[in-house]
Amino acid sequence: MIHTLLLATQVLHAPHVDYVAILPELILIGGALLLMLGSSLSSSRPAPGTWSGFTVVVAAASIGASWYLWDQVSRHGPQETVHNAVAVDGFSTLFLILIGVALLLGSLVADGYLRREGLDGPEFYVLAMLSGAGGMFMSVANDLIVVFLGLETLSIALYVLAGYHTRRKESSEAAIKYFVLGAFSSAIFLYGIALVYGATGSTNLVSIATYLSQNVIVTNGILLAGIAMLIVGLGFKVAAAPFHNWSPDVYQGSPTPVTGYMAAVAKAAGFAGLLRVLFSAFGSMRTDWQPVIVVLAALTLVVGAVGAMVQTDVKRLLAYSSINHAGFVLVGLAAATTAGISGSLYYLFTYTFVVIGSFGVVSVVGRHGDGRHQLEDYRGLARRNPFLAAVFALLLLAQSGVPFTTGFLAKFYVISSAVQARSYPLAILSILTAVVGAYYYLRLIFIMYSSPAGEAEAVAVELMITDVAVSTGAGTTLVEEVDEVVVLAETEAGPPELEVPTSTALVLTLTGLFTVAFGLVPGTIVNFAHQATLLVH
Amino acid sequence: MTLSGNWFLALAAVLFSIGAVGLLIRRNVLVMFMCVELMLNAVNLTFVTFSKMLDDINGQSLVFFVLVVAAAEVVVGLGIIVSIFRRRPDATADDLNMLKG
Repeated sequence: MIHTLLLATQVLHAPHVDYVAILPELILIGGALLLMLGSSLSSSRPAPGTWSGFTVVVAAASIGASWYLWDQVSRHGPQETVHNAVAVDGFSTLFLILIGVALLLGSLVADGYLRREGLDGPEFYVLAMLSGAGGMFMSVANDLIVVFLGLETLSIALYVLAGYHTRRKESSEAAIKYFVLGAFSSAIFLYGIALVYGATGSTNLVSIATYLSQNVIVTNGILLAGIAMLIVGLGFKVAAAPFHNWSPDVYQGSPTPVTGYMAAVAKAAGFAGLLRVLFSAFGSMRTDWQPVIVVLAALTLVVGAVGAMVQTDVKRLLAYSSINHAGFVLVGLAAATTAGISGSLYYLFTYTFVVIGSFGVVSVVGRHGDGRHQLEDYRGLARRNPFLAAVFALLLLAQSGVPFTTGFLAKFYVISSAVQARSYPLAILSILTAVVGAYYYLRLIFIMYSSPAGEAEAVAVELMITDVAVSTGAGTTLVEEVDEVVVLAETEAGPPELEVPTSTALVLTLTGLFTVAFGLVPGTIVNFAHQATLLVH
Repeated sequence: MTLSGNWFLALAAVLFSIGAVGLLIRRNVLVMFMCVELMLNAVNLTFVTFSKMLDDINGQSLVFFVLVVAAAEVVVGLGIIVSIFRRRPDATADDLNMLKG
């Protein structure tokens, strides 16, 4: 008995693990463990900003490692490693860099927020790094089980981050809603993996593709059900309609920097998984899944745009707008061409900067308690803090797709890929929702640049532009010039209490500059996204 | 008497459906949570059955990954549930009504 067991163990040999290929993820996990260990061993509390500084350094190191991998891929071509479970190609390294950047910017935004709310602690950054590592594993995965593990590492850390603001009931509610629906979608995704495994005999994406190319499956009900469940599971994660219902609630309730990070990383990783699974494993079954993606894209575009129009809460508005953006990414995916994929990748990459910057502004305007997110709270923002308003206006314009921003090119590439693929209805629909989108983005910009009535209320000053009249608490004064009224209201209200932390200001500057600079000179990022479509075959 | 694998697959599908429907219609968060576990275990049964049918050991090793993930999910999920329902008499999902619009 023991003899046979020993013989059996001799047959088992561990796969060769190429640690360099998974270095970006290892750096994040190592950083998270180190931070957790260091902060529990040290008795004194370090200077404020130490934890986020550490996270920024770790994220930068991870980006460096990803850049090295990118360089290797461009020289030696894509490769599979770690027993073919990990794919190192342009596609995965683009997402590695994207997630590293999101982590870096996200932890800078979180620093000011957590200090303001009195929540500063190492746990936030540990969870952020772990979720980033999960997202990275999803994007490099070449095996369905690795996709699943990455998805869960990403999600479980994000459930906790969503509920991180323990004093706000909305935060806990967001956490539990995200958790229940996230677990539900993970289970569906996993069942999809099981069915695909049953139909093809493997969970490795390349083996599945090989099997499908060599065998003609006559009754492929199980396989189709499996693919459908994989799409549903990942559709939940990227908040594609009709699986989007959790996202406005969760975006609204989560601490604002977490919302930005979640919108960037969870969406990017979800799309990485979806693209990889559909093109790498089921590329030969394109005719089966393409109609599904087209319908999902159309629904997501419409639901996002229509939903955002009626919102009065800025976080919910941005949540619906991010659903609309997911629709645009799906349009590129639905085209199922090289141009479509590189359009989607470009969209995701530029959206990361835009969304983290936008939620950076929202987290500052929300002020202490993270509660001021109504549209009215933005009235007159331009006068109280021109910098915040200017950056937010720029980022919103980029989201609506105004020329000379990255947002315009992103929309242009996915729509032109849809036109090239001759899916004209989808192209027209996406242009229409972009027009609708312009309405709610411009409305928010208009509110920011209109007179600050909300601020005047603080001293019981009521501004009525039609009458050009003002009634103060002491008495009623008629003033001829609107500008004078505003000056009066401001002097009485005292200096506005909007403080922009240095780290957040840095992020806003960076995201704003990126959005304009690469909108004007798009070459670098376009090439980046174009080269990233090399998939392992 | 040996049962063919299809019976086990059917059982797993039924269990998965019970879990999914339970999650959607039950209001108690703990029960919803148990429904998720039921779904995950139905998937495990599917994996093992396919592993047996295909004569491939990988399907069985996947179950271990799923078990570990499910355990991690339980830890986090119960933590969230305890933190939100500590000050409430019962754990129903209907009380979670602050976020809407």
